[in-house]
Amino acid sequence: MSTMGTPGARGRFGEFGGRFVPEALMPACLELEGAFAEAWADPAFVAEFHDTLRLFGGRPTPVTPLARLSERLGLRVYAKREDLAHTGSHKINNVVGQTLLTRRMGKRRVIAETGAGQHGVATATAAARLGLECTVFMGEVDTKRQELNVFRMELLGARVVPVASGSRTLKDAVNEALREWVTCVADTHYCIGSVMGPHPFPWMVREFQRVIGDEARAQLEDLGVGVPEVVVACVGGGSNAAGVFAGFVDTPARLVGVEAAGGSAIGHGSPGVLHGMRSMLLQDEYGQIEEAQSISAGLDYPGIGPEHAHLAATGRAQYVAVGDDEVLGGLTLLSETEGIIPALETAHAVAWVARAAGRELAPGTTVLINLSGRGDKDVAQVREMLRGDA
Amino acid sequence: MTSLDDRLAAVRDGGRHALVPYLMAGARPDWVRLFEAAVAGGADAIEVGLPFSDPMMDGPVVQEAALAALAAGTTLDSVCATLGSLDLGVPLIAMTYCNVIYHVGLERAAGRLREAGVLGAILPDLALEELDEWAAVCDAGDLATVLMVAPSTPVERVARLTARSRGFVYAAARMAVTGTASGLGDGVAVVERVREVSSVPVYMGIGIATPEQARDAARVADGVIVGSALVRRVLDGQSAEDLESAVRALREALDEM
Repeated sequence: MSTMGTPGARGRFGEFGGRFVPEALMPACLELEGAFAEAWADPAFVAEFHDTLRLFGGRPTPVTPLARLSERLGLRVYAKREDLAHTGSHKINNVVGQTLLTRRMGKRRVIAETGAGQHGVATATAAARLGLECTVFMGEVDTKRQELNVFRMELLGARVVPVASGSRTLKDAVNEALREWVTCVADTHYCIGSVMGPHPFPWMVREFQRVIGDEARAQLEDLGVGVPEVVVACVGGGSNAAGVFAGFVDTPARLVGVEAAGGSAIGHGSPGVLHGMRSMLLQDEYGQIEEAQSISAGLDYPGIGPEHAHLAATGRAQYVAVGDDEVLGGLTLLSETEGIIPALETAHAVAWVARAAGRELAPGTTVLINLSGRGDKDVAQVREMLRGDA
Repeated sequence: MTSLDDRLAAVRDGGRHALVPYLMAGARPDWVRLFEAAVAGGADAIEVGLPFSDPMMDGPVVQEAALAALAAGTTLDSVCATLGSLDLGVPLIAMTYCNVIYHVGLERAAGRLREAGVLGAILPDLALEELDEWAAVCDAGDLATVLMVAPSTPVERVARLTARSRGFVYAAARMAVTGTASGLGDGVAVVERVREVSSVPVYMGIGIATPEQARDAARVADGVIVGSALVRRVLDGQSAEDLESAVRALREALDEM
């Protein structure tokens, strides 16, 4: 397989990926693999996907030169503005693709997991547009932290199921969605939210997200910038990073994924099997999965997509970590210099660029940051944290 | 043929329907006593749950037992050390998830289990497509890899799964995780699909909770696996004697057949 190309029948990215699911789900995984491969080779499906993103999803999102931030950091910084996509993040790309595929497969319902609620809101949105029934699993802890997103999903006609098992956060929402999928796989698609899970999900979600990187590459050409020297994105499961990396993996651009220090599967994890995939995981010495800890619920996941584990193992991409304390600085820096309030997840990428400027990033370096989401959802939390600091 | 194949063939040749209780190792401090009670009540084999933090194929009852076992410090090594010092007199079959085995290393994990007297292993999240490496290790070490057939499994896969399952084939009676519903569901059809391609013993599980259900399952299956209904009793604090009585009631129902 070429780097970030089509994985083979086993869905492997080097030693990572694969399909570790109960037999009850295997026929559905095989069906989905066939259905996606066929749809993605069908110009009519691809055209409908891109038309939907244009007419409904707000694409193409612009690339914005960040003049004042560039001056402050001594770099040439550009932002791919996924924060301007419908529902406020890149998540819409994936759910538009998966819901169109759900309809094409003749299924009537989607289920999804969500952490902070971004993927849940996006799934509920795309499901409403196609008239699909939608159920979202969300950890009980997160339903309380993100009450407004629960209400948003309900406004969109979705049912939100609080998950009371295990740590009652994103990891357990995935477990519960998988358990539910076993019972209803005949008429229901599991609309997974990131480049994770069993094959074909990591490949399929990356393909739906690669519109980010493909657009950005053409837009930087149009701006006369050409290929940037560095492409930076935050990484939880890793879908926005996979999407932007896919557009630049065949260029000399350095690819940097920024993990939350408390959820650093590449930095502090080891190989293992969870949620249908072999990847890098936070786990104890006996192979029990550990909790991630991050101020951003979207990065609060103990694993990472298997293709990222492979890109790290081969050295094609580099993964770094940013602590909670640096993230607020990244958020306020971008807000004050550029008039863009990023999501806490996205602020990790900004914070790393600010830290690396003049050190790992030589003065004048051209950097593309994938601005994966807007910060409106985090404003109340940020206010509390800033008050706490004062 | 593995040792588990021989032991379970002997049960069937003896005209007996196999009763396989599932119990979680380490769920209570007296878990060994509970295993002994299950044997005293008439178990032909015991499915030994090894706890994992994220049990994708299990419902709330087994999840709760797994968390209790983990909180008590239960590990693959601690369970193997305990089991290795016992002779329960019936075959033991480990049930856990890939990561518990992969993290230790396939050969080392298989070796530890076999040294402890465990004759088989069920990894419900190990798909047929990922089986080769583990199956090779197990076949070399006389550890039986028991595979599941689900109601959703197409006919051609039933044949491939059955050909690679050792000891018995686990017929899942319904599209559900453990302990969420009871009754035979689609179990009869699943057993019949396996019968069409193989004479290997077929045991039904996922939904068998009562003696009546066990008896109904045994009209078509060679054995039954009863998990959450017994684990619920363990979590509720029932005594070893009560557990033994519950297992004996299942035994008597099967023996009526």
